[in-house]
Amino acid sequence: MKSLEAVNEFVIKFANVNGTGSASANNLFAKALFRMGLPVSPKNIFPSNIQGLPTWYEVRVSEKGYLGRRGGVDIMLSVNPQSMPQDIKEVEPGGYFIYDNTKPLDLRLIRNDVNIIGLPLTRICNEQYKDPRQRQLFKNVIYVGALAALLDMDFAVITELVGDQFKGKEKLVLPNIHALELGHQYVKANLECPIGIRVRKSDQVGDKILLDGNTALGLGAIYGGATVAAWYPITPSTSVVDAYERYAKRLRIDPGTGKKNYAILQAEDELAAMGMVIGASWNGARAFTATSGPGLSLMSEFLGLAYFAEIPTVLYDVQRAGPSTGMPTRTQQSDVLSAAYASHGDTKQVLLFPATPRECFDFGALSFDLAERLQTPIILMTDLDLGMNDNMSEPLEWDDERKYDRGKVLGAEDLDKLERFGRYLDVDGDGICYRTYPGTHPDKGAFFTRGTSRDEYAIYTERGEEYEKNMHRLMAKWETIKQHVPAPETVRCEQATDAAVLYYGTSEESSREALDYLAEEGIHLNAMRVRAFPFSDEVEAFLHEHERVFVIEQNRDAQLRTLLMAEFELGPDKLKSVLCFDGTPISARNIRKQILMQMPGHNVTPLRRERIVGGTGQGENRA
Amino acid sequence: MSYQVPKFRHPELPVNELGYTRADYEGAISTLCAGCGHDSISGSIVRACHELSIEPHKIAKLSGIGCSSKAPTYFLGKSHGFNSVHGRMPSVATGAAMANRDLLYLGVSGDGDTASIGMGQFTHAIRRNLNMVYIVMNNGCYGLTKGQDSATADEGSASKKGDPNPFGAIDLPGLALQLGATFVARSFSGDKGQLVPLIKAGMTHRGFALIDVVSPCVTFNNNDASTKSYEFVREHAEATGTVDFVPMREEITTSYEPGHSQEVTMHDGSVLHLHKLAEDLDPFDRASAMLALERHRAAGSILTGLIYMDKDSRDLHEVLDTSRRPLNGLGEEDLCPGNKVLQNINHSLR
Ligand SMILES: Cc1ncc(C[n+]2csc(CCOP(=O)(O)OP(=O)(O)O)c2C)c(N)n1
Ligand code: SF4
Ligand SMILES: [Mg+2]
Repeated sequence: MKSLEAVNEFVIKFANVNGTGSASANNLFAKALFRMGLPVSPKNIFPSNIQGLPTWYEVRVSEKGYLGRRGGVDIMLSVNPQSMPQDIKEVEPGGYFIYDNTKPLDLRLIRNDVNIIGLPLTRICNEQYKDPRQRQLFKNVIYVGALAALLDMDFAVITELVGDQFKGKEKLVLPNIHALELGHQYVKANLECPIGIRVRKSDQVGDKILLDGNTALGLGAIYGGATVAAWYPITPSTSVVDAYERYAKRLRIDPGTGKKNYAILQAEDELAAMGMVIGASWNGARAFTATSGPGLSLMSEFLGLAYFAEIPTVLYDVQRAGPSTGMPTRTQQSDVLSAAYASHGDTKQVLLFPATPRECFDFGALSFDLAERLQTPIILMTDLDLGMNDNMSEPLEWDDERKYDRGKVLGAEDLDKLERFGRYLDVDGDGICYRTYPGTHPDKGAFFTRGTSRDEYAIYTERGEEYEKNMHRLMAKWETIKQHVPAPETVRCEQATDAAVLYYGTSEESSREALDYLAEEGIHLNAMRVRAFPFSDEVEAFLHEHERVFVIEQNRDAQLRTLLMAEFELGPDKLKSVLCFDGTPISARNIRKQILMQMPGHNVTPLRRERIVGGTGQGENRA
Repeated sequence: MSYQVPKFRHPELPVNELGYTRADYEGAISTLCAGCGHDSISGSIVRACHELSIEPHKIAKLSGIGCSSKAPTYFLGKSHGFNSVHGRMPSVATGAAMANRDLLYLGVSGDGDTASIGMGQFTHAIRRNLNMVYIVMNNGCYGLTKGQDSATADEGSASKKGDPNPFGAIDLPGLALQLGATFVARSFSGDKGQLVPLIKAGMTHRGFALIDVVSPCVTFNNNDASTKSYEFVREHAEATGTVDFVPMREEITTSYEPGHSQEVTMHDGSVLHLHKLAEDLDPFDRASAMLALERHRAAGSILTGLIYMDKDSRDLHEVLDTSRRPLNGLGEEDLCPGNKVLQNINHSLR
């Protein structure tokens, strides 16, 4: 058997049981590699359950800087007997399967093309610890110590990290270091190490940070000036408001009075959360909510009202696989259509697609400027993969000169100068009208907010002409919006090509890697990352420029492709789909395969969509 | 189509302390059916605000959907208003109140809007003790969708459509008491003498003030077999007592007969004078209020007036400990921690 050999370029997966404290040990492992100067991309794959079910943690290590899922597993560390049969199957030929050999491995599972390494984790724990909880917790730390020896990691980096992680809880530092040493020493004394896959210090991290997108969003809301947060708990969005609250408690206490310069409302449901955001925004505060698919469905009626009544609204949608009894703890980009056209009547909603924690922070803060400038809902579309996993990211940055753009709001003096205020009068010709906050002026500027049964002065009317006129203005505003939302990013290959890929959000990293694979095989593709809806003219030009464009996304129905086809009135020939919707982040190998299958002249019969599905599942890991 | 009321002002109209006449508190001409109870309630709101000398633009009116929820167009034309979505006014009011604690929030809803589609939000606004007045224009039916029974229609009551309602009624004051509401009152659109001081007291109360106002729908539910008709309510209403509201700056001039009489000083210094109180009710005792409601229900009468008030109520802003300055008035200097802090955060993430 030929064992896999690699330095600083591999995929390792941990198979654990939910609720056993493995998360912090796994984090420690990933962060240690990061501190050794290696780009890492850890991903949690966890069940909708608090304790007892299988959970996985996959870490991509790539000195070349690929941060997406590659596909395939080089090292599997399996401490969950329940998932062992599948886990061992996933290992690449020549890869490594590390397991707890306190109990012997079921003979039926043994593969001859895989290196099988046993660690007596339970035995070591039983000898060392009496308390069952300690046995469970330290087992995780012990395997991190063992891995350090197997992969030739810098042990000092790990121990230093333990010191940092338990700052303030110093009592815990020594026991953890002891557990690390137990694992480390066992391997040194009993096993051949390092194995064929190993790590070496590098300098590929620079000033980057390791941060989850949801925390970045919470910080974005703090920096963007949000004072009202209304929400209803739902995975994977909950940690957005958690982060907002954590930082608000530190950074938003009025120094004079000790009182809070923010209000957090845990609403009774998502309808109420959205209503609260609309009420607060209508009244001149910056407000936001965070939710996921089922919540977005519930917010739909209110999103229509906010669209028609033109009330700034900020919604962070951390997408997941639907429905609630679907795979709520798995990732997808499957709310695109329901968000883009959310609500009754003719509505179009502004969407932002961040791809990194840095963009979560930037777009998160920008959402408030956009919502107030454009007087419409801004729906920021992130997903579980970006939101709940640590992602390597550019550091966060804030320009201290920056002023909030509060949009077109008239104060008392402005109103004094006005003959007559018209809330829905397009004075500037850009489709955006002036608004007033309640309580501004004793005689002027008050109006009655309602949907569309009103004229330009907000006086009640049900005349069809007025309705039409207003709807045309909203379309004119939609044109204006295109100039305000983040522009797409284009990456052109050096060779001339008539084919391209288009992706958004978390599909970026794997797409980038897949394009490198394809380039090595002589297939060159231009690339565009869309960062917002409405699509700008640049997107349209890019589509027209190419014969064939692969739209890469993480849902079944090719939702962004549908949106592109609808908005640009394109036929189905030009836009091809590359899809993944098994709840795991799309992988580079998967993208490569799906593109190859659909390249002209390729010998593979193009599969119908249902067939492609099979290729995107966990099974593709073995491909 | 409604119009703004012409700005003609009679020179001798009485002005309040701010120099405003009652017309300054009026709105567009109503488009509700002639005789609709909701219009009388609008009149009482105008009177209460005028007499309280509240600056009209310092009130925000919010409503859901229904004939009742359209009513805010017909009063307080100088105030901002928000006709939101069906049953969801409480959440919009909650957000608005969080944004600016210095305005007075007046919510108007219907029995359909509150007791059916909006029940969840209604109960949670009570639970949070949101600082607002919440008026239910209660006609026992869905006026705007042409007269279906609502969840507050009494069992056996029949609207113009004819079939007696087979279900028991949800009693909003009873429910509110059970939920811990801090101000609960019921009144009748046709009794301005009672309703106006109740609205004033509700507006002065710190916290959630529910005023459930029976408000007959002349078009669909004012027939003989209805228990929400003018005639039925007039015959069956029994007041808890009389309420006089004396604003802070005014001297108390009326002298009350000794006996069942109580005085309450509101948190802004106004005085609420309750007299001729029913013997079986202590409006500062929740259990007593609940019992009284139940006794009247069993006896087939409608208990009106101030039913319960918590004198030490703490509203949502106090509970959340939000800044004294309205949140919508804070700027970058108060809200944005700046780049230096961010760089420290970056540092902790390496
Ligand atoms: C989501 C939704 N469902 C249904 C309606 C239709 N609708 C409009 S008003 C109304 C009932 C209003 O009844 P109520 O609140 O008692 O007001 P009233 O007209 O009796 O004053 C209904 C069901 C709606 N506007 N929105
Ligand atoms: S239908 Fe009934 S509730 Fe509606 S306006 Fe007419 S009388 Fe009033
Ligand atoms: Mg009604």
